[in-house]
Amino acid sequence: MLAYIIRRLLYAIPILIGVNLITFALFFVVNTPDDVARVHLGDKYLNEEAVANWKAARGYDKPLIYNPGASGFDKFQQTIFFEKSAKLFVFDFGAADDGRDIGYDIRQRMWPSLAIAIPSLIIGLLINVTVAMMLAFFRASYIDIVGVIAGVTLMSISSMFYIIGGQYLISKSLHLVPISGYDEGLSAIKFLVLPIIVGLIGGIGSGTRWYRTIFLEEINRDYVRTARAKGLFESIVLFKHVLKNAMIPILTGVVVILPILFMGSLVTESFFGIPGLGSYVIDAIQAQDFAIVRAMVFLGSVLYIVGLILTDISYTLVDPRVRLS
Amino acid sequence: MDAKVTTANAIEQQEVLLRVDNLKTQFHTSRGILRAVDGISFEVRKGETFALLGESGCGKSMTALSIMRLVPQPVGRIVEGSVNIGDTDLLQLSEVDMRAMRGGRIAMIFQEPQSSLNPVLTVGDQIIESVLCHTSLKRAQAKARVLELLDAVGIPDPARRYKEYPHQLSGGMKQRVMIAIALAGEPELLIADEPTTALDVTIQAQVLELLNDLQRQTGMAMLFITHDLGVVSNIADRIAVMYAGQIVEQAARDDFFGSPRHPYTRKLFESLPRANKRDESLAVIEGNVPSLFTQFSGCRFVDRCDYAWNACHQSVPRWLGDEESGVRCHRFDETVDQSDNEPVEKTSQVKTQVSPSGAIILDVDMLKVHFPIQKGLLKRTVGHVKAVDGVSLKIAEGRTLALVGESGCGKTTVGKGILQLLKPTSGKVDFNNQDLVTLDKKTMRGLRSDIQIIFQDPYSSMNPRMMVKDIIAEGMIAQKTVATRAERDSRIDELLEQVGLPVDSKQRYPHEFSGGQRQRICIARALAVKPKLIICDEPTSALDVSVQAQILNLLKELQQTHGLAYLFITHDLSVVEYLAHDVAVMYLGRIVEHGPVNTVFNKPAHPYTEALLSAAPTLDDESQRDIIRLEGDLPSPATPPSGCYFNPRCPKVMDECRRVYPNKVELNSAHSVCCHLH
Amino acid sequence: MNAFGYQFAPLWTDWLVYFLVFSGIGFFLYARRHEHLARPWRQVVRRPLAMSAALVLLVYIAIGLADSIHLQKQRVIANSDAVIFSSEKISLLDIVLTTLRVQEEKTYSAPFAIQSYAKETIELPDGGIVREFPRLVYGGIHLDQASDKTADIVAKTIRAIAESVAIFVLLIVILNFFLARYYQNSFGRQLNLLKLGDADLPWRSLLLMGFVLTLVGLVLIRLAPYYHVLGTDKVGKDVLYLSLKSIRTGLVIGSLTTLFVLPFALSLGIMAGYFRGRVDDVIQYLYTTLSSIPGVLLIAASVLMIDVYIQNNAEQFATIADRADARLLFLCLILGITGWVGLCRLLRGEALKLREIDYIQASQAFGVSHTRILSRHILPNVMHIILITLVLDFSGLVLAEAVLSYIGVGVDPSMISWGNMINGARLEMAREPVVWWSLVAAFIFMFLLVLCANLFADSVRDAFDPRAY
Repeated sequence: MLAYIIRRLLYAIPILIGVNLITFALFFVVNTPDDVARVHLGDKYLNEEAVANWKAARGYDKPLIYNPGASGFDKFQQTIFFEKSAKLFVFDFGAADDGRDIGYDIRQRMWPSLAIAIPSLIIGLLINVTVAMMLAFFRASYIDIVGVIAGVTLMSISSMFYIIGGQYLISKSLHLVPISGYDEGLSAIKFLVLPIIVGLIGGIGSGTRWYRTIFLEEINRDYVRTARAKGLFESIVLFKHVLKNAMIPILTGVVVILPILFMGSLVTESFFGIPGLGSYVIDAIQAQDFAIVRAMVFLGSVLYIVGLILTDISYTLVDPRVRLS
Repeated sequence: MDAKVTTANAIEQQEVLLRVDNLKTQFHTSRGILRAVDGISFEVRKGETFALLGESGCGKSMTALSIMRLVPQPVGRIVEGSVNIGDTDLLQLSEVDMRAMRGGRIAMIFQEPQSSLNPVLTVGDQIIESVLCHTSLKRAQAKARVLELLDAVGIPDPARRYKEYPHQLSGGMKQRVMIAIALAGEPELLIADEPTTALDVTIQAQVLELLNDLQRQTGMAMLFITHDLGVVSNIADRIAVMYAGQIVEQAARDDFFGSPRHPYTRKLFESLPRANKRDESLAVIEGNVPSLFTQFSGCRFVDRCDYAWNACHQSVPRWLGDEESGVRCHRFDETVDQSDNEPVEKTSQVKTQVSPSGAIILDVDMLKVHFPIQKGLLKRTVGHVKAVDGVSLKIAEGRTLALVGESGCGKTTVGKGILQLLKPTSGKVDFNNQDLVTLDKKTMRGLRSDIQIIFQDPYSSMNPRMMVKDIIAEGMIAQKTVATRAERDSRIDELLEQVGLPVDSKQRYPHEFSGGQRQRICIARALAVKPKLIICDEPTSALDVSVQAQILNLLKELQQTHGLAYLFITHDLSVVEYLAHDVAVMYLGRIVEHGPVNTVFNKPAHPYTEALLSAAPTLDDESQRDIIRLEGDLPSPATPPSGCYFNPRCPKVMDECRRVYPNKVELNSAHSVCCHLH
Repeated sequence: MNAFGYQFAPLWTDWLVYFLVFSGIGFFLYARRHEHLARPWRQVVRRPLAMSAALVLLVYIAIGLADSIHLQKQRVIANSDAVIFSSEKISLLDIVLTTLRVQEEKTYSAPFAIQSYAKETIELPDGGIVREFPRLVYGGIHLDQASDKTADIVAKTIRAIAESVAIFVLLIVILNFFLARYYQNSFGRQLNLLKLGDADLPWRSLLLMGFVLTLVGLVLIRLAPYYHVLGTDKVGKDVLYLSLKSIRTGLVIGSLTTLFVLPFALSLGIMAGYFRGRVDDVIQYLYTTLSSIPGVLLIAASVLMIDVYIQNNAEQFATIADRADARLLFLCLILGITGWVGLCRLLRGEALKLREIDYIQASQAFGVSHTRILSRHILPNVMHIILITLVLDFSGLVLAEAVLSYIGVGVDPSMISWGNMINGARLEMAREPVVWWSLVAAFIFMFLLVLCANLFADSVRDAFDPRAY
């Protein structure tokens, strides 16, 4: 098992190198640091000196990948690539354009993100599986048809409508919870309820639809016929035989996004003013702070790859047919 | 089998257990109403084995599912009739009461043990579920009962198997587990839906014997559904033949095999390939089973029947006989005017024959195809699956060599290795004195017109997106065998005619044809490039018996008119007997015996050949036959046993066999064997 | 083209839209001749829900297409014979909607309002000053008194209803006439069949949906010139006009993206599956790497960089419309690059399965070349997967546009889109009374498009998915 995990981690290295190269090309080759500096400074203060100062203050005044002016290893180390991209591998995210430590900010901001993401995921999974199971149980009846059409309708509505509608209805009209904001500790709950509810409603359409398809696919398999031929109750057939098989794709689908939960939801967090990583990214985008965006791209990729590895491992745990080789 | 004969009389007096009366099951689809079961009636008595025989799609499985009330919902519906177990009409029971019946008084086993077991539950879990459901045993007692059941179905080491998952068992073992599940509720009736069709002959023999033994011990009745006449003659007490949703004939076993009455049944017997029919072409049932969407106004068999006359087209034949036996045919009906009934004699035309020169055209020497097992980041090779491990064979012009073996023995890989569709690991494939293995791509491409292949599955062997004419033309275009479009078109017409299809077929798509017709198109496609050798990879095993005969006849005729050589890959020994000149028996990647068909079949030299021959169910008198039961399953080709590969299963195993692989021994100029006995 | 004083001046995305339309027509003609494509389509065409959805989609597409024909107006310059064209590009839709386009108020006004949303300081003739809600410049200007409003709206609506009923009846008669001729039925009998819904096509549903659409259309045509039916936005633009203009943006994002997805996904996917080995390794590495970057972040990063590029190279773009168009095109490209992985993975899996299938092996046994096997055997047999994926992705892309525009990495802020409408209006939720109309209009227009696309896509999937057989 350990050997397998190590091997999978080794697989991740070339992929992370690829991600790193892509981000490097995107941030430093498409536009040179000079271009970025000019945009940041705006037309008003634009002169050579200002650009040079701006670059120097943020460490962008070095050559891209090769520094002929330095000696020895410094030829490679005194470069933007080494300073800004290669260091990401050891999770050294450096400083944002406004000078704050990105690593520190990430550690601070991941908790509010998780506080929304984890309850949403767990409750959402429970609701969606239950509803999908119900639709599968009543398959091809009116309950199923109405459920499917309701699902399509729900998933055709923009997620922002749920957010704005929720804020208007629950916060503004009914004054049940604050519209937005965040607090430390338990008092955070009143700020979290609405985003979580909105997230659940927004996800229920596509979630149940997807799970229903999985259930129906399983229900048509031969082993279900065997189970029925044993004289088992339909509920046992569904909840023991079908559910256990269907949970394999469902669980592994959930596991793959587990690590990404750290990243939070961009839209939700920004609408509700939650100081998580999602709103961190949005703020960075609006401030055109490329250092933060770059760090988050890399972090997101690492988390995604961790998710893939966890998925493989979870397969071996829930599916007896898959054994680690 | 003599046990069967003596019990036959005893069964006469037994009371009726299952009575099916005028059962009709329909499917409401977008294409209309499919009448899968269209008014069938029969009885099964306590302790007997009643066989329901029929070709695919005749409604026999649907009959079984209707009895269990497991017809697929919501499209399928039982619309009429009654199904009585004792005094209870199953169709009137509430769903709750019916559940107690399923797995309780009636149990069922299915065709595909592979998919019929739940992959994520342990074997023990799946059996104990049934035990708990139908007995009052507590969990601990139930577990003991499960172990007992596993033991009863012949699974070694039940305590260990209890905790294993289905994928850890072989196909035969899985079917035994299915049987154990069925036995858990101590059923009075066991419905077995093609329980051995997915299994190899040697495993089939094991399972049939097990079912026989269990029946003798428990006294349960069995409704045995199959398409295989051989299996029926092995196991059944009474037989009903189904055709297009109806029972057309029913009789006790001896009567049935002694004097079949319905023209369909008789033709079925005649179309079975056998050694004594070698020199004649097989009787065939022309055409195809009618679609069950049709509303019949006459006999359902009329279009394919040699005896049909006006009456058969005009009125539906009634059931002549009682619950015991009978037939549904106007020929036996005195109330129908028989005056204008004259059988139509079908004359077979004689074609010009090519006399083969007898020159060897294919000489395969020590062919090996190994698949590497790769592991890790750098794809290190940690072992090999030795699918083909040193196969040598020769085929002469105009001759047929049959390559026989069980599934997984590597026979298909041999075919693909010869064609270079898979790159051989080593060995030589000499075709007309050119070694195909070492040829460069371009020369090989040019030679491809000489060797062609016909596949097993007529459904996947043609691109569903192409018209028949494009399918046939593909080879001609790639090989540039014809110069102009006009020439190509006339060649396509000629080919379609040769394989017995109407010329207008070329404008149609494959899905518009039945399995047998598709196989004809595949043959036409192969013939298009004028090959000298055709590799036939189980070309008839996906077809029904009646259609199989058509294809075998066609292949035989083409061989005679074109001087073709065949490498005929099959697991069906009766086909070999009928069609092949020579036979090579393969076991786990190697050929164990090679020789002329007559010699090998009459005097098999290898214990494996002997076992294969004895395990294959035949219609011949069973009483003198001694079936050699092979224990266990085919080992994995990744880790073959030391010494002779067959030694763990061999009834005549010696010490030497466990140490060294036997050398090839030439028994005479044509017959060779690899066995320490010789 | 230089008729009516206009010159044809298409944008980049226009050309691609035309290309897409012609490929669509080409695909239609191709599918007609190929049974395996025509059969599932016939199945789709028979479904009432799918066809009703398709009718709504057609209306959207027609509006989007009218908005994709861009023109420059001829400017008349005194004392000169030279023909000079305005640098402003307006579309055919703009010309049709000229009334809506030019009737701009000062700021917000509610739907059907005749007074502004905000109080203004007004100097009275006598020199005094009052703060009150001024009358709108255009909305309800034809009314003498504010109290006439309801009666006027009702009268106009009734007229529209009467007209649409008339059109509906006319439509039934014409359709029934042709159907009766086609099926060789008498007029009365055919009418009865039509009423029972007994036909190859779901004419009844189509007619009903057509009636609803005509009704809505006519009501708007009657009312929109006199009132701001959906109100006005912060700078006084008519919200109905903005909503209609947004249709093109949504459609372009949903459809042009596929243009960039297809070449990557198709070629790389089937090559990886068919050739396996090293080719497969490289392609798999490529898409695993790309897909491991969270999509939104990759889009955000790319759009940010293209922003910097555009700002540094402003001289390359003649007009604001050109710049917005370039950014729209680029957004589609980025969405395509992040979106091809899913389809590529599907196609690779399918090609892996297909290459082992007997008919491919048979072709190899004939020595058929790889390119021919790929184009004649693999490609036609993965067509349905491509089609299903594309129609299913469409609605997701339309929704994504709104989210991306909200985050600030969507279309250009100067481009009219539902995302920008929502983004602009959401801050006004805090106002009292609430300015809800922009939001609601954008959501409804988007919802209708996405819902219809989803319903249609579902039918397409059911018809084409081989598992359904």
